[in-house]
Amino acid sequence: MSTAPPSALPVTHIRPGTRAVRFTLNEVWHARELLYFLVMRDIKVRYKQTVLGVAWSVLQPFLTMVVFTIFFGRLAKMPSDGVPYPLFSLAAVVPWTYFAAAAANGSSSLVGNQHLLAKVYFPRVLVPLAAVLMPAVDMVVAFGMLIVLMAWYHVTPTSAIVTLPLFAALGVLTAFAVTLWTSALSVRYRDARYVLPFLIQIWLFVTPVAYPASMVPERWRLLYALNPMATVVEGFRGALLGTPGAGSMTGVAVVVVIVWLAAGLAYFRSVEGSIVDLA
Amino acid sequence: MADIAIKISGLGKRYTIGAREQEYDTLRDRIAAAAARPFRRMAPGGFAASKTIWALKGLSHEIRRGEVVGVIGGNGAGKSTLLKILSRITEPTEGEVEIHGRVGALLEVGTGFHPDLTGRENIFLNGAILGMRKAEIARKFDEIVRFAEIDEFIDTPVRHYSSGMYVRLGFAVAAQMEPEILIVDEVLAVGDVHFQRKCLGKLDDVARSGRTVLFVSHNMAAIQRLCTSAMLLERGQLVRTGDVRSTVAAYLSGEARDGYLAAVRTGKAQILSADLEDEAGRPLETPNCTDPIVCRIYFTLPHRSPVTRIGIGVLSSDGVHIFTTNTADAGQSCPSGPGEFDARVTIPPNTLLVGDFHLTVCLWNAGAILDLQEPALSFSVDAGASRLYGEGGRRKGYVHVDCPWSVTPRVELPAGVIE
Repeated sequence: MSTAPPSALPVTHIRPGTRAVRFTLNEVWHARELLYFLVMRDIKVRYKQTVLGVAWSVLQPFLTMVVFTIFFGRLAKMPSDGVPYPLFSLAAVVPWTYFAAAAANGSSSLVGNQHLLAKVYFPRVLVPLAAVLMPAVDMVVAFGMLIVLMAWYHVTPTSAIVTLPLFAALGVLTAFAVTLWTSALSVRYRDARYVLPFLIQIWLFVTPVAYPASMVPERWRLLYALNPMATVVEGFRGALLGTPGAGSMTGVAVVVVIVWLAAGLAYFRSVEGSIVDLA
Repeated sequence: MADIAIKISGLGKRYTIGAREQEYDTLRDRIAAAAARPFRRMAPGGFAASKTIWALKGLSHEIRRGEVVGVIGGNGAGKSTLLKILSRITEPTEGEVEIHGRVGALLEVGTGFHPDLTGRENIFLNGAILGMRKAEIARKFDEIVRFAEIDEFIDTPVRHYSSGMYVRLGFAVAAQMEPEILIVDEVLAVGDVHFQRKCLGKLDDVARSGRTVLFVSHNMAAIQRLCTSAMLLERGQLVRTGDVRSTVAAYLSGEARDGYLAAVRTGKAQILSADLEDEAGRPLETPNCTDPIVCRIYFTLPHRSPVTRIGIGVLSSDGVHIFTTNTADAGQSCPSGPGEFDARVTIPPNTLLVGDFHLTVCLWNAGAILDLQEPALSFSVDAGASRLYGEGGRRKGYVHVDCPWSVTPRVELPAGVIE
């Protein structure tokens, strides 16, 4: 092979702790094919040697919906914004299941790929990013079940359905923002793996999955919106079922997620160089 | 400066070990430490000193484009740390590196292979991890499969591969990288002889294609064959650079002084010492050419575990095997243990010429190495009163081979005719 003339060669400077943001984003763009292969790897490997295989991505949200319907819908008589309770809860359980899986998967991603990180360089941020994108495939499958249930109850979506991609994207970005912190922290502090399941459990209660956000008094609504998942979940319902939806919470959630993401990326970059050394 | 490929200036890498690392291992400890900090500051003696080690320190060097550099040094000398910094896996603590061109690093064969994925899937995954484009991998796919010799298993999950197939596939993918600068860690340590030869051949091609190569290996013969220059690292510092021959020789003689270069320990047999003696059993410091050199190998077999073969190798000062000999050659049987034993082998007089030599010792059981010391000792041979050094006092080569000579006349002229 011919070598390029020296002037055309890219010059890399390696110094302690200096990495420009643009540089990283540029690198991530160049490594997009690697991102694809990392996601594909996790998808392909995920259901190998399982009996039920891809049915798991339907079974989990379905059973959650059944339990919620029995206890919250039937026994606790939880209001559901005028929508049949099973549909009401499943529309929230689908994005929530994604979020819980993505946060768990993403948080352990750096520790789980430690060996890879120690042997080859690529933008480290691809690891949590791929880990967050992978469960989105489950979400799409589970979404199919949601459509079936909507047809069962003869619910037709309104024009609000065009906002669905926005809320789906917000859910992915929320998971990614959380993961930027938790994945890097769990390399350093192995406590993180005990903290996270607990955190997700608490998070479920402050997110309107089993109950409508309309139960939260109006004056607390903006404070409530600091949890972006509240907006994601209500946004899904609004887009599909014609409920009041996220409304004014959306703006707050978008700002919160942007701030989290920016802070998360900054933190991640600051520790990126030492991830390998701490392993 | 256009022909500089890598410029390293004052490079250092510090690792924190011991006290501090453990202290902050968990969040709870960190909180506890933070709470204790104000009190500690007041305590006499101040902070507990955290232990740090410099894996690399003050390393400066320039590598020109097209140079093939062997990086040598003992374990813990900082070779791997250097490669990790150059391939951007870890950041330096101080100093700077300027790299002209794309870097491809092969620190391990088959990095990122997933056992549940097929050979085909892993080729694409591994290629992408090594920085290749999907289209590029697809184009070179057939060549990769051919090089790896795995045609029929290409759609089998790699968990079913033999370790040989696994490393062949890993190397085959990596061999397709086309960076301007290639960084290769000890990858020849895996695989069988056939594979190693194939890898070396491939690396040879790369080295000859004008690319800059950094190559770490403990295989001095491979280093000498591939590289044009070498960097010798010792305890994190660059102690010597220069042409590959003299640097390897400096390394080997230093290593021989400090201990062994390579040791394989199985616990089934252990070489305790190797010494040179004369025929009367007296220690021999600097033998002469004319002396029979008796090498006494003292070894122990802790359990009943048969040794089938004991061998020595004599290496030149630059690490090339001159000859080897073993008990099987001589039809000598070996003990099964347990116990301690002496093996004696005599290098006949007028065999080794004047020079510096290393001796390696190895114990085998049916082809498997039980213990290996490489080198076990180093020694010099003097001329003494050898007739081999009768005229001029200098000879080339390492060994003397007794070759019969004859000079016979075809035509004999009477004296005085030529004048």
